[in-house]
Amino acid sequence: MAKKTRVTFAADICKGCALCVDACPKKIIRLAPETLNSKGYHPAEIIDQQACTACGFCFLMCPDVCITIEKEVN
Amino acid sequence: MQIVFEKPKALSDTPTHYCPGCTHGIIHRLVAEVLDELDITGETIGIAPVGCAVIHFNYFECDVAQAAHGRAPAVATGLKRVNPDNIVFSYQGDGDLAAIGTNETIHAAARGENITVIFVNNAIYGMTGGQMAPTTLPGQITQTSPYGRDTKTAGFPLRMCELLATLDGTAYAERVAVDSVKNVLKAKKAIKKAFQYQIDGKGFSIVEILSSCPTNWGLEPVKALEWLRQNMIPYYPLGVFKDKEVSR
Repeated sequence: MAKKTRVTFAADICKGCALCVDACPKKIIRLAPETLNSKGYHPAEIIDQQACTACGFCFLMCPDVCITIEKEVN
Repeated sequence: MQIVFEKPKALSDTPTHYCPGCTHGIIHRLVAEVLDELDITGETIGIAPVGCAVIHFNYFECDVAQAAHGRAPAVATGLKRVNPDNIVFSYQGDGDLAAIGTNETIHAAARGENITVIFVNNAIYGMTGGQMAPTTLPGQITQTSPYGRDTKTAGFPLRMCELLATLDGTAYAERVAVDSVKNVLKAKKAIKKAFQYQIDGKGFSIVEILSSCPTNWGLEPVKALEWLRQNMIPYYPLGVFKDKEVSR
């Protein structure tokens, strides 16, 4: 079974540039359509945590370093 | 659960002032990660340029001095000569390094100053509102070249890495890009090598990083990276142009 992962977005730092949305190989990140952060942007959010493999592509492309990724260890 | 990716310690908690999708943020993170990995944050002095990154002292946890426009390599020279045990790097854009500061850059390299230069090339003046830079591509539309850069009147772009690679004082010159995950990883390797060369006292090291400017290019962040890939990389080929260790 795939290991558990957790992706956290610092929603108030996110500027909604969508580079993480584009980088995600599983296509499970979107810009929250109904949410606005304090800056007035639609922040990124994960829509299917179970599909996430913690590859880190979103983290590597995030210009605002607002993503933290955790993974279950053995 | 164990954290596998998180903000490096050498980066402060201050949110950046950069536009959405500006790759300055990625490059800041790469530099900070290298400072963390080499464990040199405490002894590093950064030089802030004039340009979009002018207040990068708010974002790095190392000491930072701010230089006059284009003079970062000159300030870095002074700081490094007075404090040879400290690690000194300048972080400059193309308007700063390749226009008003070309002279300082070339002579710092020619003298073989033991400093590291992080050169962010986005082919436009970002902070001042998108004017033509020395690195603007032929035919590229900017505020001051609304019909595209005409090489008959505005000349040709400068390829700084190639130019600096001809100088004996340059120890390491590499051009990388931050348009994709693969290239971001390569960029980090290059930055780490440049800092390592300085630690080893090998001389002048420069990493040119092709970057995007979604706001002034008038493109969405993702499209801007595509534009970088399709237009900038063919004109500014990626790769190592000088590596003292290899050429010896």
